[in-house]
Amino acid sequence: MEKWKSWRKIRYESELDHYFPDQIASIPGGNKIFDCIQCGTCSGMCPISPYMDYTPRQLIAMIRAGFKKDVLSSHTTWLCASCYSCTVECPKDIRLTDIMYAAKRLAIREGVYPRRFPIPVLAAEFFKSVESHGRSSEGRLLVRLFLKTNPLMMLKQMGLGFRLWLKGRLSAGQESINRKAELRNIMQALEKERMVKDKTDFMPTGREI
Amino acid sequence: MDYLYYPGCSLKSTGRAYEESMLSVFRKLDLAVMELEDWNCCGATAYMSISELKAFALSARNFALAEAQCKELSTAELVVPCAACYLCLNKARRYLDEHEELREKINRALQTANLDYHNRTRIRHPLDVLANDLRPEKIKDAVVHSLSGIKVACYYGCQIVRPYADFDDQKNPHVMDDLARLLGAEPISWPLKTRCCGGSLMGTAQDVGLRLSFIILKEAVKRGCHAVITACPLCQFNLECYQPKMSNLYGESVNIPVLYFTQLMGMAFGISERELGLQRNFNRLDTASLSRISAGGEHVGI
Amino acid sequence: MSAFENKGNGTPKIGVYVCHCGINISGKVDVSEAVAFAGRLPYVTIAREYKFMCSDPGQELIAADVRSGLIDRAVVASCSPLMHELTFRRAVTTGGGNPFMFQMANIREHVSWVTLDRVAGTEKAKALIAAAVSRVARHEPLEPTRVPVNPDVLVVGGGIAGIHASLTLANAGKKVYLVEREPTIGGHMAQFDKTFPTLDCSACILTPKMSAVRAHPNITLWTYSEVDAVDGYVGNFKVRVRRKPRYVNEDLCVGCSDCIEACIFKKGKISDEFNVGLSKRKPIYIPFPQATPLVAVIDAESCAHFKTGKCKKPCADACQPNAINLEQTEEIKEIEVGAIILATGFKTFEASRISRYGYGKYENIYTSLEVERLVNAAGPTSGEIVLKNGEKPEAVGIVHCVGSRDNNTNVYCSRVCCMYSLKLAHLVKERTGAEIYNFYIDMRTPGKGYEEFYERLLREGVHFIRGRVAEISDWAMKPEEEGRIIIRAEDTLIGAVRRIPVDMVILSVGLEPQSDAEEVRRRFNISCSREGWFLERHPKLAPVSTFTDGVFLAGACQGPKDIPDSVAQAGAAAAEALALVDRGFVELEPNTAYVQEEICSGCRTCTNLCPYNAITIKKDKNVAEVNGAICKGCGTCVAACPSGALQQNLFTDEQIYSEIRGVLSHV
Repeated sequence: MEKWKSWRKIRYESELDHYFPDQIASIPGGNKIFDCIQCGTCSGMCPISPYMDYTPRQLIAMIRAGFKKDVLSSHTTWLCASCYSCTVECPKDIRLTDIMYAAKRLAIREGVYPRRFPIPVLAAEFFKSVESHGRSSEGRLLVRLFLKTNPLMMLKQMGLGFRLWLKGRLSAGQESINRKAELRNIMQALEKERMVKDKTDFMPTGREI
Repeated sequence: MDYLYYPGCSLKSTGRAYEESMLSVFRKLDLAVMELEDWNCCGATAYMSISELKAFALSARNFALAEAQCKELSTAELVVPCAACYLCLNKARRYLDEHEELREKINRALQTANLDYHNRTRIRHPLDVLANDLRPEKIKDAVVHSLSGIKVACYYGCQIVRPYADFDDQKNPHVMDDLARLLGAEPISWPLKTRCCGGSLMGTAQDVGLRLSFIILKEAVKRGCHAVITACPLCQFNLECYQPKMSNLYGESVNIPVLYFTQLMGMAFGISERELGLQRNFNRLDTASLSRISAGGEHVGI
Repeated sequence: MSAFENKGNGTPKIGVYVCHCGINISGKVDVSEAVAFAGRLPYVTIAREYKFMCSDPGQELIAADVRSGLIDRAVVASCSPLMHELTFRRAVTTGGGNPFMFQMANIREHVSWVTLDRVAGTEKAKALIAAAVSRVARHEPLEPTRVPVNPDVLVVGGGIAGIHASLTLANAGKKVYLVEREPTIGGHMAQFDKTFPTLDCSACILTPKMSAVRAHPNITLWTYSEVDAVDGYVGNFKVRVRRKPRYVNEDLCVGCSDCIEACIFKKGKISDEFNVGLSKRKPIYIPFPQATPLVAVIDAESCAHFKTGKCKKPCADACQPNAINLEQTEEIKEIEVGAIILATGFKTFEASRISRYGYGKYENIYTSLEVERLVNAAGPTSGEIVLKNGEKPEAVGIVHCVGSRDNNTNVYCSRVCCMYSLKLAHLVKERTGAEIYNFYIDMRTPGKGYEEFYERLLREGVHFIRGRVAEISDWAMKPEEEGRIIIRAEDTLIGAVRRIPVDMVILSVGLEPQSDAEEVRRRFNISCSREGWFLERHPKLAPVSTFTDGVFLAGACQGPKDIPDSVAQAGAAAAEALALVDRGFVELEPNTAYVQEEICSGCRTCTNLCPYNAITIKKDKNVAEVNGAICKGCGTCVAACPSGALQQNLFTDEQIYSEIRGVLSHV
């Protein structure tokens, strides 16, 4: 006899977050999500939607309904390659790619993103590298990425890595700008701006725009 | 000096051949270019996923540096070959222009580094420069080896046409095809010229990246092209460096050279292979094989 | 009901009536206090309050006071004049007074509905009453102007709406000019094969009406004609119609087609407009077999005789009744009508504007109008649905919402496309047996029998995929997709992206205003909506009249609609036009401008400003003159007149200043 563990999928209002849609809508042009007619053009255009757990259209519906945890812990937002095909064809001028970025930022802030998923890890490593050195070092970045997420993969990629290195296409050293302190000052000044004035990283424009 | 040049991180590593060939081609066409001093990374998709404000600040520092380096000019023309950098910088410039509050915040932060941003920087893609700043005759006149008989699939990718289409038609771009034609080549008409290659997903979610790039290569091969021509270092890398893996995985051979459009131009102009970084390509397409194809011979892959 | 009596000394005898409007006004305004205040104002002989002034007893209060001579003019402090100015003016008339000896003070919309503080509200109401009283003291009796109305009607556009309107009016005994710019009437309906939801043959239900138009003694049918200029005003329009030369004598031609047979063009070379470019016609042609009038027409731009002068003219030789007249010239007709009905119809959205749908790039992608012609037995393929290579399609995709519901093209929904897409699904399936896929966002089937029609299609095995089509292209990923057109869309109901290989695609294009709609609406002096549709006077309560008295709208030129709605609207327009012309005269509100000739210097500041072209200069005296019938009382000229020679009835400077003084006296 098949071992089937019963499961129930019903969503109660108490588990939803009704402030969540306004959070997302606070980015410039973000309030357009309330115009969505669920036509599915975004998902139809998106070359990656067959791989996403929720298609872009579904994600907008979930945002509007307040399914915060589901949205922020989904893989969808991280799989977005920022190709902007959705944004360009949306009949209601919804800036989907920017919404994906907003969801990513919020997911990191709330610590709800999928932890072992390589994409946020890459973003974090990239960020650290540029914050301190002003440039990213592709070779080192990839090594750190694989070590943190999939060491086995690194072994598999060594052939390609070697070939790239032979052709002079792999930088092994640390790339850096000269005036690193300058950049650090700028970033620190911004952090103060952010903490004093913004609670989130979003533009505080409200639903009027 | 006509243009400032912003390489971006990729053009110093995987995309080295793009920098080499672009600078060679610009030199041949008498376009004076100078690298932006102490440029910093544009932030790509990573920064926008973590902090929007900091992402714009990265670009703003580059603009401030560009304006400082071009003090005597009214605008700084910043040539940005990498498509991702092009989009990041373009987006930042527009947002800073439109949102006063954002502009003020960023400028205040820039002050701590004695920098200032005045919206005097124009972001240009090399395709834009070659297609719109030069007369077509200038390019035609520079051709030494006509590429007649060479069929190419011009692949624009996403970020130079979406969401901002500053120099070409957004749904049906043709600037690269026009350039190819000036060189004597035959660009094909195909529906995948702006379909995403997967971008950074090739490194982080390889199944997805492989499939997306495979779709593009399959169609180019099917339509009988001798090469795929690109304008973005990540596209070139994704399309070129995993061909054997794709062919194995999907049971269909996709063996085709992938070149930067500047490399193609350089070959037509008679510039040496080393100056064009051709030796860095995986799938060799050099002047010799070009002539063979031109003369009606079979294309020789790796 | 209480009253303060006051015997005034001056000539005006004003009655003030303050309404409670239930508790609508009395809730926020102390009515008794207002009445007491009113009673103390100069010239007020009586001040009353009542619960509902607009009711019969309320109106009778006014009428009785006028009748008894207690008052000669009235002020009612109640709601907006848009609601009841007419009612109270009539009450004054009932009592024997002049309706224009009346002024309303709006203490509902302007006070009680927008004030929270009762004390402040009452003070404001008092100020408004003082203003109205002060003004009405300076009112003069006026008579509405009566202008005679020409009983003839012009109908522009010979589609189903224009045809129906013309027949209705003609049957009522009115003389109708029906002007149509194509060589035949029938419009788009003549191009359709079957109509939804009954699947009636379109030509079968349309042609009897077309014949009736031709045969009706009261209808003057001018096809291949356009309206060049319109002058005048309601009841008295002067219209210039230009009849383009068809080079065939309409009275002699019997429609035998011998001339077409004989033409030196052995095959058609010119894109056939009626078949939406799917076939070719000769320079001499009859648009379709049931064309009305059934008369040939020569297209001078492609006819060899007109282009080169070197043609043996076999058409003229072949014509037995000798109807060919190559010397024919343009004819100008000047007509006078009392009312105009615009029924100029629509055009379809240009599908090539959406490049990802591949229209014009791939073969076998058609618009719905093109497919209507394919499906039609009299069409270019004799009713066979075939691909360009002559084979029958095995799978057909129908794409809804092309150019509609889209901020990038047209924001509105075009209303008819869901229904006609279902219809085409049925017809194509019937003719070919192919698998049909309808890609939609919402299924809009609101009319009578429409939802049932949708149910019928569901039962016929048509595949419905709820998802707006993202891409139509030819890059194949699976063996079944090779050599075919692939439609990619998210099936939103199932929650998966799908790729459907088809052989043919039908793009359900939306409706748009005609390309010259802007030009036409200016010619007839009416307004357009933002998208370019002709603007009705009120979206709910006045859908067939416009802001220009005497000009009415019928059919899709006012907004996308199907045939039943077009016919209904045409009937409504005909009824309103009939109401106008049957009465014999129009009464115009006398709030028109007038010129005090002694002060006028003839500077002509006013003539250029008038939006209705109502002012002319009297040549002999070099003073301005206002045509009271066209003047709409907008006040522009009065405000602009440097010498104050122009004044406006009901809005004289004195009246306005006294109103202002009235308000200021109590703030």
